[in-house]
Amino acid sequence: MSGTAYAYALRGVVWREALRFLQQRERFLAALVRPLVWLFLFAAGFRAALGLSIIPPYETYITYDVYIAPGLVAMIQLFNGMQSSLSMVYDREMGSMRVLLTSPLPRWYLLLSRLTGGVFVSILQVYTFLAVAFLFGVDLPLWGVVTVFPALVLSGLMLGALGMLLSSTVKQLENFAGVMNFVIFPMFFASSALFPLWKIKESSVALYHVCAWNPFTHAVELIRFALYGEVNWGSLAIVAAAFMGFLVAAIWAYDPAKGLQPRGARG
Amino acid sequence: MTEMAPVSAKSDPKGKAPRPAPALSVQELSYSYGEKRALDRVGFDVLPGRFTGLLGPNGAGKTTLFALITRLLTPAGGRIEIAGRDLAGAGSAALAPLGIVFQQPTLDLDLTVRQNLAYFASLHGLAGAARERAIARELERMEMSARADEKVRVLNGGHRRRVEIARGLLHDPGVLILDEPTVGLDVASRAGLVAHVHALAREQNLAVLWATHLIDEIDGGDDIVVLHKGRVVERGKAREVVKRAGAGSLAQAFDGLTNESGEEAR
Repeated sequence: MSGTAYAYALRGVVWREALRFLQQRERFLAALVRPLVWLFLFAAGFRAALGLSIIPPYETYITYDVYIAPGLVAMIQLFNGMQSSLSMVYDREMGSMRVLLTSPLPRWYLLLSRLTGGVFVSILQVYTFLAVAFLFGVDLPLWGVVTVFPALVLSGLMLGALGMLLSSTVKQLENFAGVMNFVIFPMFFASSALFPLWKIKESSVALYHVCAWNPFTHAVELIRFALYGEVNWGSLAIVAAAFMGFLVAAIWAYDPAKGLQPRGARG
Repeated sequence: MTEMAPVSAKSDPKGKAPRPAPALSVQELSYSYGEKRALDRVGFDVLPGRFTGLLGPNGAGKTTLFALITRLLTPAGGRIEIAGRDLAGAGSAALAPLGIVFQQPTLDLDLTVRQNLAYFASLHGLAGAARERAIARELERMEMSARADEKVRVLNGGHRRRVEIARGLLHDPGVLILDEPTVGLDVASRAGLVAHVHALAREQNLAVLWATHLIDEIDGGDDIVVLHKGRVVERGKAREVVKRAGAGSLAQAFDGLTNESGEEAR
């Protein structure tokens, strides 16, 4: 297959993912409502209760809604990564994954294309969320929507690869709810999405270390700095390394025959 | 249909023109699910322009064989060649000349017929005007042009199968493999589909491998491979198989082969 064939395949997979997402209005709405509830209810309630000192990348005191906005952006990508892996399990059970995996391109490339499609969808959701946040007066730098883009791509790839790795290990669709509970909530809450790490350290050093090692914390920080036109190099390195690790493990663990054996044995 | 030598023959014994190179060749293929042997040294060829029925009762190993041909499973032993290319050596690139219709429906129900086909075309390196031409051609061939912009969800089972066959032919493959494609179809749809694929093999010089346990889907002039308990127990032209078995019909021959050989396999 030529280079253009690879490009067409990537475009086709991304287009299909976007089309499916846009046609599932409930999914789009849920993806948008979840962070907005956090932003306008949770952040409003905690605005007075939480005092935030000046920490990079902020140059002045900020309100709590401004603080948690990057965390909610990362949360959108985390949920989308898991949703995307859930749809991979669904596609595997429904058979449409076979159409992808029996095309004449390397399996790693097809899985990477599928991952890219999920990232594209997550970025659509993030920009819709940011537009609503701006509309309701959350004080974020306008040019940040441009500078955050590369960070969104990398963090989306990392969280999508994690989801793909989980989908490789899940045997049936029914088992996925448990994985969601054991992955999404601990990852989100044990991170800097809702509270700065120094504040977590004040209450528990052990929890601080857990948060500091959580790759989701670094996705949040990468996005936070990028929204202000800065690069958090440490977070960038950790997110990039975690992406490569998750991706290699997901491709290695992906078994196209999964779910096939009962049918194969019957046929 | 044109007369030809049994599938197992390498050349015509009467000195006629040598048979064409097989579009799909399966040689000594074996596979096990753990301790359970699913396929045991299976071998046969599928020739261009021929409709080859892969006959076998449930559990014979047909779906396992399809999963091996499409690289969803990796064989424990043996060799598969598609258009002369070794599947193990060439990897996924060897699947390019293969059109596949799975037993399980694999269309995306929330997309339209055209969107499903466009997605598949992109996976096979088709884009732009070439893609649109291929979609129009196959939809017309399967008499589905009028339904192109409808969601697959609203189509009945027979029409969905037609779309899957159109999809399998979109990239102009040399081999079309179909795993029990008539499952769940009514009698009329089934007969229409069988006739259509026979015509495709004849008119497009397409090599067709059609897995089924429904004997009435096979014509006397078709090539057949009878698979039972993971082994090939007979192969050749259908009417010759009937003759060799001394049976009155292919159904009787099939019953005899799968019962007797079942005892042998034990």
